[in-house]
Amino acid sequence: MSESIVLKLKTWKDLPIGGVIPEPSTSLYNKTGNWRAMTPVLDEKKCIKCLLCWIHCPEPAIIRKDDDSVKIDYDYCKGCGICANVCPVHAIEMKLGV
Amino acid sequence: MKGKLVGMNGDRAVAFAAKQADVDVISAYPITPQTIIVETLAEYVNNGELNAAFIPVESEHSALSAAVGASLAGARVFTATSSQGLALMWEILWIAAGLRTTIVMAMGNRALSPNINIHCSHDDAYAARDTGWLQFFAENVQEAYDLTLMAFRISEDHRVLFPSIVNLDGFILTHATEGLYVLDDEDVKAFLPKKKPVNPIDPSKPMTYGPLDLFDWYMEHRRLQYASFMSTPPVIKEVFEEYGKLSGRRYTPVKTFNVEGAEVVLMVLGSSAGTVRYVSRKLAEKGKKVGVVSLTQYRPFPVRELIEALSGASVVAVMDRSVSFGSPGAQLFMDTSTALLKAKRRPLLFNVVYGLGGRDLTPGDVEKIVMKAEEVLRRGETPEEPVWVGVRGEE
Repeated sequence: MSESIVLKLKTWKDLPIGGVIPEPSTSLYNKTGNWRAMTPVLDEKKCIKCLLCWIHCPEPAIIRKDDDSVKIDYDYCKGCGICANVCPVHAIEMKLGV
Repeated sequence: MKGKLVGMNGDRAVAFAAKQADVDVISAYPITPQTIIVETLAEYVNNGELNAAFIPVESEHSALSAAVGASLAGARVFTATSSQGLALMWEILWIAAGLRTTIVMAMGNRALSPNINIHCSHDDAYAARDTGWLQFFAENVQEAYDLTLMAFRISEDHRVLFPSIVNLDGFILTHATEGLYVLDDEDVKAFLPKKKPVNPIDPSKPMTYGPLDLFDWYMEHRRLQYASFMSTPPVIKEVFEEYGKLSGRRYTPVKTFNVEGAEVVLMVLGSSAGTVRYVSRKLAEKGKKVGVVSLTQYRPFPVRELIEALSGASVVAVMDRSVSFGSPGAQLFMDTSTALLKAKRRPLLFNVVYGLGGRDLTPGDVEKIVMKAEEVLRRGETPEEPVWVGVRGEE
């Protein structure tokens, strides 16, 4: 990704024709985490590793670890709150702010 | 003239040109008066005379959508439409241009509904004027054939990469059989080598086509598209010249006739240019000078060439085969007026609306336009609204 073309674009004169995005996976540069108004906070002690949050996250911003415990990827989490909603043991709490 | 003299109507001539261009994909839906074009191409494919994929779609919206995909995949693509069909294609017109496809589309110009009419107006050509397609107007069947071949070469040039519309007047050209010279297949092959696509769809080199583009980059993309589109005229001229050497038929963006020393000039698009020139020739025999200016290249609008062509005129009647509701004049009139703002010396300009829905433009009508122009010149003032010619209820 360090060789990215799109990150070097400065003015209209640099653009490839046809409005194409000339390489894959450029959505990774768009850190949507700063869209958040509410932030999910995980209490690892309560987590039962059911992975419902991992399945339901639309982003996906729930990272599944090898032992099926989870971590929230705050770079891309938009704070929609679905994870907190589906968690059967209330291990995720939505807190105001980023 | 190089080539073989044959008799064909405009639709068949365009289809023959597309066959000689060895198109890879035809994606089309029939609509009068262009139907013969796609029917003929379907015959060529069915007979094995043309090795192409013919996609019989369920609507014009799909016709152009499939053409966009095929063009982006690297194919040489042809389609055709008219009037309501063009209207249904409209949102895809912008996409075809913005994605820099090289589709060539013939348009058998036909009036928009209501009421249902299958004959010639330029409503459809004008409806596409802002969409980013190159547009050419044929005056006769020969030009429809020549411009179709040239359109492929122009659109696919890497300094261009924009789709083209070749306009031919519905029925007057689409269905009238005329003599024309067609080139040998070998000459066409040399003039139109295989298309070399830029950024074609390729799974091994994935790209995103037409992505979401908000306030951050949309404006830069439009700026680039505008600059690229406006840089096409030198290439068009180059192709016109090369084709002239090949065929013996010389094309220029703007055509002039009897303009030297003429105070009165009539400006017109499409097949009517012949009628207007006929009247100009007759009047010249009586010692009256009337110039005729017509456009082969309509988009990009040839501003500099037009200023030059009209530089000697005192009054110009701009003839539109269309009406624009609520505009300060019909479409060619608005373009011409704006273009002439850049001229050092401006003639008096007025708009004529004629020939809607296939209404004939007679030599008598043209003489009336000349008389009106002389009256405008005498009084030194132009009419507020377009002058309607050939309509019941006007004097």
